[in-house]
Amino acid sequence: MGFIHPYERPNSYIGRTLPRSRAMRAVAGRGRYTDDITLPRTLHAAFVRSPYAHAKILNIETAAAKAADGVKLVMTGAELAEMCTGPWVGTLTVFDKMKAEPQYPMAVDRACWHGEAVVMVVAETRAQAEDAGELVTIDYEELPVVIRKEKAILPDSPVIHPNLGDNIAWEKTLGTGDVDKAFAEADHVLEETFEFGRHTAVSLEPRIVLADYDPGTEHLTIHTSSQCPHMIETVFARTLGVPEHKVRIIAPDVGGSFGLKIHTFGDEVAATAAAIKLARPVKFVADRLESFVSDIHARENRVHAKIGVMNDGTLVAAEIDDLSGVGAYSQFPRTSVFEANQILHITFGPYKHKNYRAKATVAYLNAVPTSQYRAVGHPIGITVAEHMMDWAADVTGLDPFDIRRKNVMEDDSYPQIIGSGLPMKDLSHQACLEKLFGLMNYEELRAEQAEFRKKGIYRGIGLASFIKGTAPSPVGFYGAGGARIAAQDATTVKLEPAGGVIVALGVTDQGQGVDTVMEQIAAAAIGCSMDMVRAISGDTDATPYGGGTYASRATAIGGEATYQAALDLRREILHMAGILLQTDAEELDIVDGNVVDFGSTEARIPLSEIGRIGHFQLGELPNDYQPILSHTRRYRLQDSPYIYTNGIHGAYVEVDVDTGWIKHLKHWVVEDCGRIINPQLADEQIRGGCVQGLGGALYEHCIYDDAGQLQNGTMADYVTPMAYEMPDIEVGHVETPTSESELGAKGAGESGTGAAPGVMMNAVNDAIKGLTSGRVTEQPIAPEVVLKALGKI
Amino acid sequence: MKAPKFSYTRATSVEHALELLDTHGDGGRILAGGQSLMPTLNMRLSQPDMLIDINGLDDLKGISLDGDTVCIGALTRHVEVMNSDIVAEHLPLIAEAMPYVAHVAIRNRGTIGGSVALADPAAEMPACILALGATLVVQGSAGKREIPVEEFFHGLFETARADNELLVEIRIPSQKGDKVSVFLELARRHGDFAIAGIAAYGSVSGDTVTDMRLVYFASEDKPTIGANASAALNGKNWSDETKEAVNTALESDLEPMANLHGSAAMKMHLQKVLTGRAMDTAVVRASGAGGAA
Repeated sequence: MGFIHPYERPNSYIGRTLPRSRAMRAVAGRGRYTDDITLPRTLHAAFVRSPYAHAKILNIETAAAKAADGVKLVMTGAELAEMCTGPWVGTLTVFDKMKAEPQYPMAVDRACWHGEAVVMVVAETRAQAEDAGELVTIDYEELPVVIRKEKAILPDSPVIHPNLGDNIAWEKTLGTGDVDKAFAEADHVLEETFEFGRHTAVSLEPRIVLADYDPGTEHLTIHTSSQCPHMIETVFARTLGVPEHKVRIIAPDVGGSFGLKIHTFGDEVAATAAAIKLARPVKFVADRLESFVSDIHARENRVHAKIGVMNDGTLVAAEIDDLSGVGAYSQFPRTSVFEANQILHITFGPYKHKNYRAKATVAYLNAVPTSQYRAVGHPIGITVAEHMMDWAADVTGLDPFDIRRKNVMEDDSYPQIIGSGLPMKDLSHQACLEKLFGLMNYEELRAEQAEFRKKGIYRGIGLASFIKGTAPSPVGFYGAGGARIAAQDATTVKLEPAGGVIVALGVTDQGQGVDTVMEQIAAAAIGCSMDMVRAISGDTDATPYGGGTYASRATAIGGEATYQAALDLRREILHMAGILLQTDAEELDIVDGNVVDFGSTEARIPLSEIGRIGHFQLGELPNDYQPILSHTRRYRLQDSPYIYTNGIHGAYVEVDVDTGWIKHLKHWVVEDCGRIINPQLADEQIRGGCVQGLGGALYEHCIYDDAGQLQNGTMADYVTPMAYEMPDIEVGHVETPTSESELGAKGAGESGTGAAPGVMMNAVNDAIKGLTSGRVTEQPIAPEVVLKALGKI
Repeated sequence: MKAPKFSYTRATSVEHALELLDTHGDGGRILAGGQSLMPTLNMRLSQPDMLIDINGLDDLKGISLDGDTVCIGALTRHVEVMNSDIVAEHLPLIAEAMPYVAHVAIRNRGTIGGSVALADPAAEMPACILALGATLVVQGSAGKREIPVEEFFHGLFETARADNELLVEIRIPSQKGDKVSVFLELARRHGDFAIAGIAAYGSVSGDTVTDMRLVYFASEDKPTIGANASAALNGKNWSDETKEAVNTALESDLEPMANLHGSAAMKMHLQKVLTGRAMDTAVVRASGAGGAA
């Protein structure tokens, strides 16, 4: 008898659209987020934050606040530092010569950004804590502010952290081939500089902790909105000196995370320290105003790019020089230089050129620390490369599709190495291109565009190819880089006495449907129905240690762990059934929750009987057989640094050339996330990611003035995309299963985000082509940016 | 984002509200729809001693016709103005502007009186009532007085209403059948505060424009009549030449305030673009059915 892969079985749950198991309660208003949980005797923390971007703390007067109604604790940064085992230092050993200033959870003697927490007030209610916070007086002495990255790297700039010598966090150069020779021999050499505005995640549910310390057992329980409960357990335990195995992190429903919630934040540590000190539960919710000045920011970059192109459109060389402006500290434990590192590695990644040189300089600024936000670095690198490719198409007289057809790596050419040195395999640039060409009805769309132009209506069509690193390995950055962040993940699959199956996950669900995807994988692999399976995630006491959900890894890594654990349980069940039925296990199969003869659907023994006997009636089994009805499997990438994915976006926009307003008419994505478990959830991940990318492309911008004051830290002033402005997004897939795993799934969570800004910029430039010699090279593409490109203001 | 402590009284009559305003002076704040007040409280930008809730004052609600004047009670919700047949028939400019007023949830609660009394320079209603030459009725403990809209808006969040007065009614002359009106605005997203906007009301006969009042908002510190632009326009045929003259004149009418969404130069450019589009539309509307719209 043979083994049929569960995804190859008829009507497999793998590849089927099913509703999210958490959706029903969410739409019924019964979602359970951390703020829905209030423990008896809960206190509330609020923070007094620095009004200055850079200032020495001369004196803090807390007596009036301590005497205020309801106040239980007022703690300064210096007092909190004494409760910590030491400062955080946001470096990884893989980032050669990277420099970072040690950082305590709250400012100790110096505030380094507008919004850094300086004093914590804990009171019976949040309102009381905020009232008392107004009674804290802090004397500051303002220090020189470093807020423009271009100036920060100059020798005469003030230095934020004197111990580091200058403001440069890290510099890196990489490449291959002879770039200078290729430029010299190219028919055309094109150069441009791009500006990207800093933005932030704006999760609907803000950051939150509810910390509870039991002095009797010395157990610390933290409810928190997190993507990485085990990492939070490790970092909080080590920072506050609590043994790791006595810390439990519970992440219940999470209302959006987008990378924001893979980080550790000082105010959350402070609230946890307060819970330990007071031996009472303490809740801290970052309100929207403090979210803007304390959530990680991202993507403040200036990139200079240069390419060499032959007359026939062949890309022969590419060079980029990135300047990243990060914040006052390097975010612990993942650092603030990942974005720059990703830009170096993925820019021009879809293409075959043999000559590539990339340089990054990362500068500290007196601003909110930056770190990893959905599609880290990719939106920058993809925008730069795809803009240059469209420009090259223009110069050589090629259609944007044709120049990509000419230059993308061929689908049958893998394994390959791209210019940055990264290995690629299992990609499908050509198939995705052709699929998009069909989906867009490209030739008709071009004809329509031309017709509208005759009427003075300016529409533009954009394309943007991409690669996207998903599911990083432990040999790349984490683990090997020195950070205690798991790149492996683990799943336990258990058969319960009544035949139900519990799937306990190291990865987590942020509303994107990870629980359901894992239930589908487990049900398919075991051979039972979905309603017999229940996933548990987001509780470190109930799940095996894993990395959680970041870098598009949940299905690619956690999915394989689940698949293998479920197959182990399946083998165990068949083995046990073989004994009970006195049949060779090889002759048996599991279908619809029943053990059957292979090829038959007639039940010989149901899983409920296996469960009953396996848990209660072990006497029916031979003495030398102890069934293991709980199987844990772990999975990690082995040789590759990432599972790379690829795809291409298309966009159709209309630009009002008098006002600079952009109307986004239609968006398409074709991507290859390998084997798809739940098509609708995959599509919605792509759509949501697209909208987030378009937010950065069109609207979102953390604007700092020269004094380092964030100018638009409210939802009235910080503009996010809303449904009204968003177009229909049509999603197509090419499925090339990754050869890294048996399941074959790659990441899907960031493929919408990565290329959306680039395709938008290309579409806008296509719309205004011919009206001006100017091109839009700046994001967000505010109306003023368009009007400037048009020469109208 | 928790509001500081304040006291709260639900006014039982206009007189009661005025008495509370007199008692609390600067520390008293009227709570109508609360759509601007509540965020400023939660952000601690405003710390009043006493919130005087006028939501129970039915006398201040409703839309009625008094001869050639539409009378709108200050406490009338935006949604009621939006759905009003009287407004649709007699004040097409306001009917056209109303969908631009924020979002559904805000229109359901926010009031026209609150919007006018707050005098946010980017708000739609102040510009519309200025274009239409409304009269504002305010009441203090000494009685009512009427203020022509031209004298009402003084600057950023500043009006002719005294601290101890309540805006009780907005009286707007019905639009005349031989006149046309146009409302246009530009906002980053639908429902956001405008970056530039125009409310225009006047006559176009044949191609000749007369009596046109061009009111600009969002770019200035208050809704502003483009006096020079209107002068350059009235008596002329609407043509490319007139457009250029109007745009030039407009530069002496406006002093746009730069903000996060645009420089002064950009806002001036946008107001010129909107002027051209508003007049193009006005000409089309005038040559159409000839009705109020």
